[in-house]
Amino acid sequence: MSSVAVKKGLGASVWEYLTTVDHKKIAHLYLGTGGFFFLLGGIEALFIRIQLMKPNNNFVNEQLFNEIMTMHGTTMIFLAAMPILFAFMNAVVPIQIGARDVAFPFLNALGFWLFFFGGMFLNLSWFLGGAPDAGWTSYASLSLRSEGHGIDFYTLGLQISGFGTLISGINFLATIINMRAPGMSFMRMPLFTWTTFIASALILLAFPPLTIGVFLLMFDRLFGSNFFDVTMGGNTIIWEHFFWIFGHPEVYILVLPAFGIFSEIIPTFSRKRLFGYSSMVFATVLIGFLGFMVWAHHMFTTGLGNVANAIFAIATMAIAVPTGIKIFNWLLTMWGGSIKITVPMLYALGFIPSFVIGGVTGVMQAVAPLDYQLHDTYFIVAHFHYVIIGGVVFGILAATHFYWPKMFGTKLSEKMGYVTFTLFFIGFHCTFFIQHFLGLMGMPRRVATFLPGQGLELGNLISSIGAMLMAVAVIILLFNVVITSIRNKKVGADPWEDGRTMEWAIASPPPFYNFKQTPLVRGLDTWWLEKMEGKKELTPAEPLGDIHMPNNSIIPFFISLGLFVAAFGAMYNPLNSVGDGKSWGLPVLIIGLGITFGSMLIRSLRDDFGYHIHKEDLLEDDKGGKVG
Amino acid sequence: MNAEERYTPLNWPDHPETQTLEGKNKFLGFWLFLAGETVLFASLFATYLALKDSVPDSSHPLAKDLFNLPLVFAMTMILLTSSITSVYAIYHMRNYHFKKMQSWFVITVLLGAGFLALEIYEFTHYVHEYHFTFGSSAFSSAYYTLVGTHGAHVTFGLCWIIALLVRNAKRGLNLYNAPKYYVASLYWHFIDVVWVFIFTVVYLIGKVG
Amino acid sequence: MKFGRLSFLFLLLTLVLAGCGEPFLSTLKPAGEVAETQLTLLFISTSIMVLVILVVVIIYLIVLFRFRRKKGEENKIPKQVEGSHKLEIIWTVIPILLLLSLSVPTIAATFKLGDVKDMDKVDKDGNREALVVNVRANLYWWEFEYPDLGIITSQDLVVPTDEKVYFNLKASDVKHSFWVPAAGGKMDTNTDNENKFYLVFDKEKADEAGNLFYGKCAELCGPSHAYMDFKVKAVSRNEFNQWATAMQKNKEEVQPTSDLAKQGQEVFQANNCIACHAVTANDARPETARTAPNLADFGNRTRVAGILEYNEENLKAWIQNPEKFKPGNQMYKEANLSEEELDALAEYLMGLKVQE
Repeated sequence: MSSVAVKKGLGASVWEYLTTVDHKKIAHLYLGTGGFFFLLGGIEALFIRIQLMKPNNNFVNEQLFNEIMTMHGTTMIFLAAMPILFAFMNAVVPIQIGARDVAFPFLNALGFWLFFFGGMFLNLSWFLGGAPDAGWTSYASLSLRSEGHGIDFYTLGLQISGFGTLISGINFLATIINMRAPGMSFMRMPLFTWTTFIASALILLAFPPLTIGVFLLMFDRLFGSNFFDVTMGGNTIIWEHFFWIFGHPEVYILVLPAFGIFSEIIPTFSRKRLFGYSSMVFATVLIGFLGFMVWAHHMFTTGLGNVANAIFAIATMAIAVPTGIKIFNWLLTMWGGSIKITVPMLYALGFIPSFVIGGVTGVMQAVAPLDYQLHDTYFIVAHFHYVIIGGVVFGILAATHFYWPKMFGTKLSEKMGYVTFTLFFIGFHCTFFIQHFLGLMGMPRRVATFLPGQGLELGNLISSIGAMLMAVAVIILLFNVVITSIRNKKVGADPWEDGRTMEWAIASPPPFYNFKQTPLVRGLDTWWLEKMEGKKELTPAEPLGDIHMPNNSIIPFFISLGLFVAAFGAMYNPLNSVGDGKSWGLPVLIIGLGITFGSMLIRSLRDDFGYHIHKEDLLEDDKGGKVG
Repeated sequence: MNAEERYTPLNWPDHPETQTLEGKNKFLGFWLFLAGETVLFASLFATYLALKDSVPDSSHPLAKDLFNLPLVFAMTMILLTSSITSVYAIYHMRNYHFKKMQSWFVITVLLGAGFLALEIYEFTHYVHEYHFTFGSSAFSSAYYTLVGTHGAHVTFGLCWIIALLVRNAKRGLNLYNAPKYYVASLYWHFIDVVWVFIFTVVYLIGKVG
Repeated sequence: MKFGRLSFLFLLLTLVLAGCGEPFLSTLKPAGEVAETQLTLLFISTSIMVLVILVVVIIYLIVLFRFRRKKGEENKIPKQVEGSHKLEIIWTVIPILLLLSLSVPTIAATFKLGDVKDMDKVDKDGNREALVVNVRANLYWWEFEYPDLGIITSQDLVVPTDEKVYFNLKASDVKHSFWVPAAGGKMDTNTDNENKFYLVFDKEKADEAGNLFYGKCAELCGPSHAYMDFKVKAVSRNEFNQWATAMQKNKEEVQPTSDLAKQGQEVFQANNCIACHAVTANDARPETARTAPNLADFGNRTRVAGILEYNEENLKAWIQNPEKFKPGNQMYKEANLSEEELDALAEYLMGLKVQE
């Protein structure tokens, strides 16, 4: 690696991103790819609402609707929300704990490319016979029967991207446990790091059941097994259990990082430390733990019995307690503070009432006998969009504004941000509030259309209008991104002026090695502490010395590409249930796996000690020369 | 401490696998991975228990008809022994006896291969004698997936250890590859523990329960 | 402030829409004790939750109005407060108490609504006292069997009012879910096991709803999931007994009277419709052979194919091209009958009545 400034052409930039193991560049990759899938999922949502604007509509036919509806959910959760949250975790967490990178930079890149190829594979279904059509939950009896390869794209695509997620989960756990700067005890970690930590633990424990469930479905459809074939002794309820043992922790994997983001934003723009830090940590851990105890509340109508339903009802209600603790702590953080309503703060302020509404309908659904009416209706659709959009999406939009300077060195337009927020907020409530009532009035979910004369017309029309507003808001956000990039006006290390944690102490964007000297953490809100004592820089914990950095590598790309190729082979293997197996199926599967394991072998056989940035070059950097 | 430095048995650290940051990370990261693998196998066990003896009609064999306990006992002894030999290997690694470590790992691999050979024999026996195939019934699918996934893990472990042996034959032992050996042996112990559960839950309970 | 105005609008909306929807479909217009219990739970939980929302909103609004950064305070650093043990305890204990109070009716209702032990109670002659219906969900139609009465029907479920009607629920192909919103919550029809629950249909409410409640499939089952409606005719016990007797008498096929209808019967048999569709209520075939809706009393059905208005035109259109109305249905995609044959068939089918 050269330590002298190199003029970067487009080709060199592309190669840099293909081979990077730098958490900050990987964050760009996650944000860009996740953002693309967010737009795709949004278009799918728009199509759903256009189709449901009036009864007996035929904007899309029923089969296509089921595919669009399935892909909307699958894309938004697996390919948009999770990756974008990973973008922020990557961009921010290592710096928040004073580290130079994550514990496993190579695996970090691998996690991204697995997600990328998994997402690509899933979306190729549109062009190769049809997308999956059994809902994002893909219940076993329906998904086994589904004609065409849609469900196979679902199982194989999610399996590949799921490995990526699992790897990233382990990465962040190890990073946070092992690589905190001196002085950063667990109880001095910023809340975003804490929530990343707990969410990563949830990923580690929740993804394996999904992996198994999806393997069982894959084996049934592609290799002739009988896990879900009732005539051969199989049981479809097993799928439901596996899916929800994963699925419920999954929603906490989504929302905890969003909570963490708000726990950074609210203190920053109230100029006040987070109220009840230890309670917030405790509540986060409790939410993570309880999240594994409640999965059967998605199965109240499945017929598990009165005792099971009663137990899961009570367990589900319990989660409201730590969540409520968090809401009150956020409010009390603002109380007595000096609140500045920037765009990130606007999203935080929009989040509180919106998420609370979603949370309370969740408690209502926890009342099992009531859920017998609410389950599988638009009431549920309303509930989860309230918590996911009100919590996760608002968190993502807030973080996009808040961390944009740290990630790209520029600042998104506040004015356009206000417009996006306002339109999105109004559109969101317009779309989803009415859906509570549609469900209560008897409208089931996942219906490709609804019949006239049942009192459902007005509510659906209102809901669809709201969706249009959200679409306009997102377009304005895109515009904001483009304009900001063109203007390219650089900002400093602490552009929001009241940054409290260490990422705001270093340049925007940070140098590729993050810290010249590992910082010494003297307390919670480390940067704020230093600022209040009049310091202009973090206190160093070590003398200036050589910095050890990891090498780039193209191998993660090839490991993931191999699985992508293998997936095609598996899908078209001669034993598949669709009946269109090809003779090249098995060979392609073996070749693909060969590429993957071969790449892993190449990686293992070589010694890779990384490289060193020399002390002299770091001092040069001080004097204005460029390093790397 | 530079990871590539050469040592003597005297100044070689007691726990070479965690002397470097990379070693510490690998150590922790792998234990975390094993936690995930535990949940993975737990899910497979749950599936197996739910679908045990779940067959379409009485012409299909049940657990008590199928399993050959003496063979499985032999497999268990072989795998348990291979776990002990890997312990000896790591003991020598900690004492900077490269050749002895390599030898014990070779024995581990041979025993592991023996286990696999017997398992392959076992599966072919079920297929030929009882027509008990992957697609016969829900019970058979669950059995082969659980035990087969374990077998795949054993296979992967063997390839892993062999790759380490080959790769480091000329390099010798240093702080860069010590964590690699440690983690591989940790993996080997894990699949041994999983086998103990398989032996109990699948074979013992199958015959008795 | 925009939030205040929005929340007021929502409150208004809530009040306006509460008790909204159609009496034959809405859970907000309960037509029996099961739905009533569930609506009560809705009110209890909503009330408790509104309380919580109110507290949050009040604190939120105060914060928003009192603590915004004022002009001239650009450099003010507020007091950094670590927390408050007292407050943490308060906002932990009070929600726990609220949830405990919610959990009592929850558990009570769970066991009450799930109590099906009376399903198998028999009288001194060994006859089952309660009315039991075996529901079998299929792609995309519903079969209703009254095992104690020896009747099989489909699509229109006839039930007596003011008594518990028990259901055995299962599916024959993929998972569906049996839901009559006005009468009570849903229960899934699985392929793996039989689920049991009960509903009650209140006489007065049934009268208000025109004695016809709408049933829905509530589990995604394929392209025509939205078209898997069924209907529930809730009538008095006497009327129910009359209907049941007439169905029981329907042991042999109701013979067509007009020439056109006779022709229709021939078309029905020539095209082998009888292979799947029984036309009498005492279909003795095993479940696996009953692959199509039972057409006994088809002349009195409320809908064609569960969703179309019941008239000759729709019936003919359905028979000719079922795929157009219910894509993915298991009948056939298109028939190739002449206009004449369709007329005859329609006449025949609409004449299949066990009573007027």
